[in-house]
Parts: sequence; C-alpha cells; structure tokens
Amino acid sequence: MDHIFFFYFAGVIAVTSLLVVALRNPVYSALALLIMFFHVAGLYVTLHAEFLAAVQIVVYAGAILVLYLFVVMLLNVKAEERYHDQLPVAGLLGVMLCTEVVLLLIQSRTATSVSAAPADPVTAAGNTETIGEVLYSTYLFPFEVASLILLVAMIGAIILAKKDLLEGPSEP
Amino acid sequence: MTIPVQDLLAILPELVVIGTACLILVLDPILAASKKDLLAWLTLAALAICLGLTSSQMTGRQYAFSNLVVIDSYAAFWKLLLYIVTGLTVLLSLAYLKAERLNIGEYYGFILLALAGMMVMVSGADLLTIYLGTELMSLSLYVMAGLKRTEARSLEASAKYFVLGAFSSGILLYGISLLFGLAGSTRLSVIAEAIATQGTGNPILSLALVLLAVGFGFKLAVVPFHMWTPDVYQGAPTSVTAFMAVASKAASFGAFLRVFVEGLGGVSADWSILFTVICLVTLALGNLVAIVQTNIKRMLAYSSIAHAGYALIGVVVAGRQGGGAASTGLASVLLYIAIYSFMTLGAFALVGMLRKEGQESDNIEDYAGLAKREPLAAFFMLVFLVSLAGIPPTAGFIGKFYIFMAAVNGGMAWLAVVAVIFAAISAFYYLRIVMVMYMREPEGAAASHSRLETSPALSFVLACALAGVVLLGLFPNGLWSLATHAAPLLK
Repeated sequence: MDHIFFFYFAGVIAVTSLLVVALRNPVYSALALLIMFFHVAGLYVTLHAEFLAAVQIVVYAGAILVLYLFVVMLLNVKAEERYHDQLPVAGLLGVMLCTEVVLLLIQSRTATSVSAAPADPVTAAGNTETIGEVLYSTYLFPFEVASLILLVAMIGAIILAKKDLLEGPSEP
Repeated sequence: MTIPVQDLLAILPELVVIGTACLILVLDPILAASKKDLLAWLTLAALAICLGLTSSQMTGRQYAFSNLVVIDSYAAFWKLLLYIVTGLTVLLSLAYLKAERLNIGEYYGFILLALAGMMVMVSGADLLTIYLGTELMSLSLYVMAGLKRTEARSLEASAKYFVLGAFSSGILLYGISLLFGLAGSTRLSVIAEAIATQGTGNPILSLALVLLAVGFGFKLAVVPFHMWTPDVYQGAPTSVTAFMAVASKAASFGAFLRVFVEGLGGVSADWSILFTVICLVTLALGNLVAIVQTNIKRMLAYSSIAHAGYALIGVVVAGRQGGGAASTGLASVLLYIAIYSFMTLGAFALVGMLRKEGQESDNIEDYAGLAKREPLAAFFMLVFLVSLAGIPPTAGFIGKFYIFMAAVNGGMAWLAVVAVIFAAISAFYYLRIVMVMYMREPEGAAASHSRLETSPALSFVLACALAGVVLLGLFPNGLWSLATHAAPLLK
C-alpha cells in the first residue's frame, strides 16, 4: 500500500515538474507547480511528517504560488519563446546527468555498505511538538541564523525597491 | 529554555557583530544625512572589539550549541583575517560611497551581517550551520551588489549573482541531503565517522561529494563555476567588489576546507582527483582569459579566479598526501588566501578611487600616463600588480613559494611546474597595466584624465594594504607559523 502511494505521488511530482518548465504559458506552469506542491505534501504525509506537509501547503501552495501568480498577472508575462532554443544542449546534458545519477543510485543499492539513516523516534508528543522542541533546543543556533537571513531579505528588498539612494541632484 | 553562558561567551564575537548591525539599522533613519560617517566608525569599533575577543580564542577547541558551532584556532585565523579585510573595506567605502554619492547607512549594516554569515561559516561544525552562514553572507552580498541602482550594470550584477547563487545553494543542499541520508546526521564529525565505518565504496557518497564540490565551487568562483564572477565584479560598486573578491572568497575557502578535511577527509583520494582537474582548468582559463580583458575590474575578476586555482593546489596536495604533507599544504592555502586578500584589496581600492569627471574610470586605457599624473598612485598599483604576479620581494611571491614548495614536497612537482608556467603567463597581463601606466601617453585633453580622489581613509587603506604586501613579503614567518598552527588536521 505504501508503495502504491509513493509511486503515485512521485510519478505526479516528476510529470508536473517537467510540465512546469515545458509549458509555454506561465499561468499553466504556475498551476502545474501548484499540483506538484500538493503531491510533495502528500509524500510527506506518507513519511509521517504531518507538520511538514501542513507547512508545505500553507507556505508553498498558499503563499509562494500566489506571489508567482501575482507577478505573472502584474507583469503580463506572455508565452516566452526565447529560451526554448536551448533545448537540444540542455536536453543532452540533462539526459546524461540523469543517467549518471540513476546509475549511481542503482549501484548503491547493490553496494555492501548501504546503511539506512537511523530514524529519530518521534515521541508520543507528536510531530509538531517535537520539531518545536528541537528547534528551540538543539538547533537553536541555526534557527537564529535563519531569522537573520529573513531580516536581511526583508531589509534588502526594501532598500532595492524603495529608497532614494542618491543624495544631491540625481544623475540621469 | 536556558542557554548555557559558556555557549554565549563562545559566540560573543558573532553577537557583537550582529548587535552592532542591528544598532546601525536602527540608527540610520534617526541620524542626519551629514552624520552617516558615524555608522562607519561604529562598525570599526565593533570590529576592533571582535579582534580582541577572537584573539583570545586562538588556542584550544571548544564546541557550543550542541556541537553545531566550533571555536578553534582554525576558525579564529579566518575570523581575524575577515575582521581586517572588513575594516579596510569599511574605510574604503567611507571614501567610495561619498565619491559615488551613495548615501546609505544600511550599507554598513549589511557589511556586518555578511561578516556574521562568514563567521558562522568558518566556525560551523555542522553542514546545516555552514549552509545557513553561506546564505546569510550571500543574501547580504546580493543586495550590496545592486546598490548602485541608477546603473543598469549594477542591477544586472545583483540579479545574475542572485539567480546563480540560488542555484548553487540548491546544489549544495542536494549534496548535504545525500550526506545526511548516508550518515544520519549533518554533523561533520558524525559524517567522518560514518565514512570511516562504512567504507568509501558507496556511489551515493561520490555523488554527494560532486554536488558539494559544485556548490562550493560557485562560492569560490573556480572554473567551470566562475561564469558570474566577471559580470558581478564589474557591475557591483567597487568597494563591494573588493569585499566580495576578498572576504567572501576567504570565508568560502574556510568553510570549504573545513567540510572537505574534517567531514570528508576519509575520501580525500577521491576529491583530490576532482580538485586536480578543477585546479588545472581554473589556472588555465583564469590566466588566459585575463589577457584579453580591456576593463580592469574584469581583469581583476579573472585574476581572482586564477588565484583560487593556485590556492587549490594546496588542497590537492593535502588530499593526495595526507599526514605531514597535508598540514603543510593546508597551511599554505591559509597563507595564500591571507596574502591574496591584501594585494587584491589594495588593487580594488585604487581602481575604485581613480575617477574622471565624477565617474569611475575602470578601462585599462584610462591608466595611460598615470605615472606622470599621480606618481604615488601608480607606484602603489605597481606594487600590488607585481605582488599579484608573484614577483619577489613582495608577499605574492611568498604565497606562491609556499604553495609550490608544498606541491614539490608532496610529490606533485608537475603541478607546481604547470602553475609556474601559468604564473609566468599572468605576469604578462599584470605588467601590461604597469606598462600602460608608465610608458603610454594619455590621449585627449588633460581635464578628461583620471585622477585619484584622495582622502585620509583611502590613504590609510592603501598604506595598510601596501604594508601587508611588503612586510609579509619580507617577514612571512609570523603569518606562516600562525597558519601552520591554525591548519586543520587531515586524518
């Protein structure tokens, strides 16, 4: 049963991600991305990461995708033909890389030293509580660094978009 | 929730830097436009405090925050270097921002936040911490690269840097996630242990290795991941270019060496082959393409690519040999990057302040006859270029000498020979600028010629860079013993 769900979600993710880059109308691309985000969330549920699944839907499907659509509509982006002549080179390199990755993955299944990552036992308290606890204890330092990253992103966006930077008479 | 006091004490320099950055961001709107210089002095004061704090962390090895952060002599070495180059960049910016009439107090806040990211990078004992430090540094630099908003080139630099940087971060994360799958942890010590117990046969390990190398390759700007470098270095405000070329490269080397030596030391035979190839193409492409550049910022960008190639020789030797040769190899990388920082910062400082008609003059043609107009500036440039070319008695020679000695002692004399050939080629494009400065007569009216816009801050920066280049060239022993003391151990 697990396998069926996994292959369903993984298959849809693979197809829709391809559609995101292959479709020529940006709105269709964005919608394909939306479907992909939902299926990634489904994958998280099969892994018993319910909190992550919820965050995936709230943040990605809810916030980021809406932003994408706003940009597409505000800028009135037309179907973009310019980048499609890269297809032969990009396709060749992509296929080569994919083959290599798949080969390595197959080899690693037969390699003697395969080890599964020791799964951290999720306590009875549940997913969300555990993540919260770990974030504020073990991973406090990276958590705070991440908050600084958000600060930089916020102030940086304001500076680049808003402020009149030049003093004195403005240059042409 | 309580945070142990010794953990907070361990990251006190980081806290000072971040606190000052926040203070600057708050003070900026309050201060009158004429008093913005105060923010620069505040930044320098914070750096001075950190210099003192970090100097006391030169000995011993201390872990903090559940082993996610490590404070040791290696981290302290990079941090001290970063404080010095950041301080010099701040002084340079003081002059440069006025000349460009860019009146932004946040600039200094961003410099400090980028510095905080770099400090987190070099003292990260966990891939997660190192990754987040890299992001903090990069995001600050993306913004700083686009600060000259009236110039399309600056915006292009910012956008290009952002897109490619985001890609490289993604690739880095793929590598990290594969390593997490293998070892069950992102902690470097656990990964090293897992490699030691599981052996190196797993192909996933090679895949993770390649992805990490690509991710760091972007940050180090080595061929074939250098594409962004010339455009970004040319488009960004020159003081920011100097900061990127020096501080971001130093911090990236710091994190890169820590990950590959402490975390992936067990597969050093694999990565040394990979880096041999990267090192050779970097040396070849960086030095050859620099010859045809007509813009001095682009030329210095290719030169910085080539210098990353020289530094990689030390990494290759360390990975190939192990043991005693490894620590000499790694120490020579530390020494090389420290010396590179002074000469590159000096060169960029001059490039930024040589101006004509209120604009930066960054075409090599503009340097014609500089020796007659500005004898002192031409002489400073001469010293920096001679040092970049690696000609004695400057520090650039010492840096190359230690790198090549490490290669010869490590049984890789052929690599040293190849590098010497490319160093000889590099002398051509460095000395071409010297020739233009001293031999060529400028064209056009005298008023349209570039002049150096001097200020006390700029003079101080140039004096420091010159002192670094000359004194380290004559008395390298102090820095060398510091580097050998700080170099990480490859088991």
